[in-house]
Amino acid sequence: MAKNKEFVKFDNVDKSYDGKILVVKGLNLDIEEGEFVTMLGPSGSGKTTCLMMLAGFETPTHGEIYLDGKVISNIPPHKRGIGMVFQNYALFPHMTVYENLAFPLRVRKIPKDEADKKIDKALSMVSLHGFEARMPMQLSGGQQQRVAVARSLVFDPQVVLMDEPLGALDKNLRESMQYEIKHIHESIGVTVVYVTHDQTEALTMSNRIAVFNDGKVQQLSSPDELYEKPVNSFVAEFIGENNKFLGQVSDISGDKCKVKLEDGTEILANPVAVKAKGDKTKVSLRPERAIIDPTDKMDNNHKGKIEEIIYHGDHTRLRVDLLGNKDFILKVPNSTARLDLKKGNVLNIGWNSIDCRALDPK
Amino acid sequence: MSTEQILSSDGLPLEVSLRKAERKNKLKALFLVGPLFLFLIITYVFPIGDMLFRSIDDRKITKMLPNTFTAIEKWDGQNLPGEPVYAALYEDLAYLKKTKTYGKIIARLNYEKGGFSSLIKKTVRKLGKFEDGNYKEQFINVHKRWGQPEYLVALKNAAPNWTYAKYLKGVDLKFDQNGDIVQQPEDRRIHKILWLRTLKVAFWVTIFCFILAYPISYLLATLPMKYSNLLMICVLLPFWTSLLVRTSSWMVLLQQQGPINDLIVMLGLAANDNRPELMYNVIGTFVAMTQILLPFMVLPLYSVMKTISPSLMRAGKSLGGTPFVAFRKIYFPLTVPGIGAGSLLVFILAIGYYITPALVGGASGSLISNTIAYHMKSSLDWSFAAALGTMLLVGVLTIYWIYNKLVGIDNIKLG
Repeated sequence: MAKNKEFVKFDNVDKSYDGKILVVKGLNLDIEEGEFVTMLGPSGSGKTTCLMMLAGFETPTHGEIYLDGKVISNIPPHKRGIGMVFQNYALFPHMTVYENLAFPLRVRKIPKDEADKKIDKALSMVSLHGFEARMPMQLSGGQQQRVAVARSLVFDPQVVLMDEPLGALDKNLRESMQYEIKHIHESIGVTVVYVTHDQTEALTMSNRIAVFNDGKVQQLSSPDELYEKPVNSFVAEFIGENNKFLGQVSDISGDKCKVKLEDGTEILANPVAVKAKGDKTKVSLRPERAIIDPTDKMDNNHKGKIEEIIYHGDHTRLRVDLLGNKDFILKVPNSTARLDLKKGNVLNIGWNSIDCRALDPK
Repeated sequence: MSTEQILSSDGLPLEVSLRKAERKNKLKALFLVGPLFLFLIITYVFPIGDMLFRSIDDRKITKMLPNTFTAIEKWDGQNLPGEPVYAALYEDLAYLKKTKTYGKIIARLNYEKGGFSSLIKKTVRKLGKFEDGNYKEQFINVHKRWGQPEYLVALKNAAPNWTYAKYLKGVDLKFDQNGDIVQQPEDRRIHKILWLRTLKVAFWVTIFCFILAYPISYLLATLPMKYSNLLMICVLLPFWTSLLVRTSSWMVLLQQQGPINDLIVMLGLAANDNRPELMYNVIGTFVAMTQILLPFMVLPLYSVMKTISPSLMRAGKSLGGTPFVAFRKIYFPLTVPGIGAGSLLVFILAIGYYITPALVGGASGSLISNTIAYHMKSSLDWSFAAALGTMLLVGVLTIYWIYNKLVGIDNIKLG
């Protein structure tokens, strides 16, 4: 069976709460069946609003949302068959784990023996067998989270929505839960729409990531593409670490362009969002793509002075004054071949123009 | 647990040094609590204790007729007692006449049996003409009631230092001539009706308060801050107005020529010359008490609802429950602690309510507390008022105990 490419479809959706400000602006987004899509963005970027519209708790001000080809604007939340995991778990505190999981099955009038089987399966999926009789308050944060995940899956929904479900957990637990959710998704193949503001989480778990800002999707692509090939400076700066240079295009030809920086130096860059000579641009370069004392030939080679050295365990970060940018970050792996890193030393730094993306100036 | 004692580094047992270390803090805490503790003792424990004591204390009369009561103790209560009882009575009454204090026993004996008033007064008046010896005959000659056993039985019944007769009276029972407990005559059984009416009014006021308060509290808990603050002030505003003012304004509203009656007539629900009586009966009590006690239901409900995350209802809906099912299975059970707290509060306050029923209740809307007030102020039977008060207190504690058994007091949330 061919997978539906437009299983969930936002078609030109606007949303405003107060009639003055658009929280979501002309959103178009297609999600494939069985896909794990993450909506990533800073708070107030409209990602949670999108999720709430999909769940049915908010109505779009304009535009339509389709689920499996059907318009769902007029379907109330309880008939949409969408599972949801909430930020604070939203487990029913007066019910046991078993009763929490039985709730969606009972309202669907599923016979008890069949329901018990489903509950059993869901609980073993999150490895919480034997916890049926516990009250949510008696569980740790991670266990509550698993119950919430199990509850959202127990009635075999078409889509599961997760609204920053790991936000309240500590770092280690969050990481292990990320893998767990990813594995559950892989094993049952349900469509997951996940909302987070944590980029590591998004990069770890998703098939595709939609980066939200200012009520719009800035870029929708796979994690590696998002990191390696950001299409605008917001994405470049939001995802991962980024070094930026402001300048003006002085020459453009094919897959290379020359950018004249504010201090007068010219560097070679990859023209992603610039069209013509004279365009203002912000050039983005990932820290790990800049190399100290390059042995291979590189198209950009410049000297920089070490301003600050920060030890990070597995690597050392250097803040370097390079071409007028005092916040240029370099990452040096903590290998045995240690360089002589001292504040004030001058380093030879090189990078390729292909990694150095000339984006919009914003 | 190991039996070995753990020592701290200076060789003292750990427990001792811990106590030493915390003593200063404990003293400080005690010092801070002290004023309130004293205040409670002086203004609460002492007067209430004294009141409870008064309801069973019957020593005053025993002190005034000491010889009589000693003599009458030996009498079996069947036929008329012998000469010694009358002799002792003469001695006591002579003393009381000399000190002019016999008035005090009249009221007390009259509670026991009507008719003692004239009996004692006449006897004391003629006491000067009594001769030594054969007192029994002389007493009966002064007043024939001294020859009727029931008056002497009443006298004997008043003898013990302690009595629970007032409690019996509170539930329409009394001691008969033989000291058995029997019902009051039918026309004097008023307290049972009052108790039942008090319970009924308190119950219905609680129900009405709940019905009105639940939606208000829900709105308060869910509306955005700027509206909910305004609504909260609307709920609390009457709370800040004097109880008397509020009750009197209900009198203005509910009277026969008042605006509510005008409205009923205007809507054609009643004829102008046949206006319904909304006041001086149980309706007035219901209406005014519900309004006055409403905040006591709203506040605990609100504070509980405030803690219920809106995502729970959303979760319920997203899992497939209709809004009604989500409400019934999720929201409502979570508000039960608030309902319990509010109902208990309103019921207990309603059961002892006084001013409102006194002003708008009339005869058919007056409650047990009005009777207590009557005995405190008018009939001056303080020990009976104390007995009724004690029964009310015990009733409230019983309700509290039952509630604790059924729902658990830990489940109460006041905020």
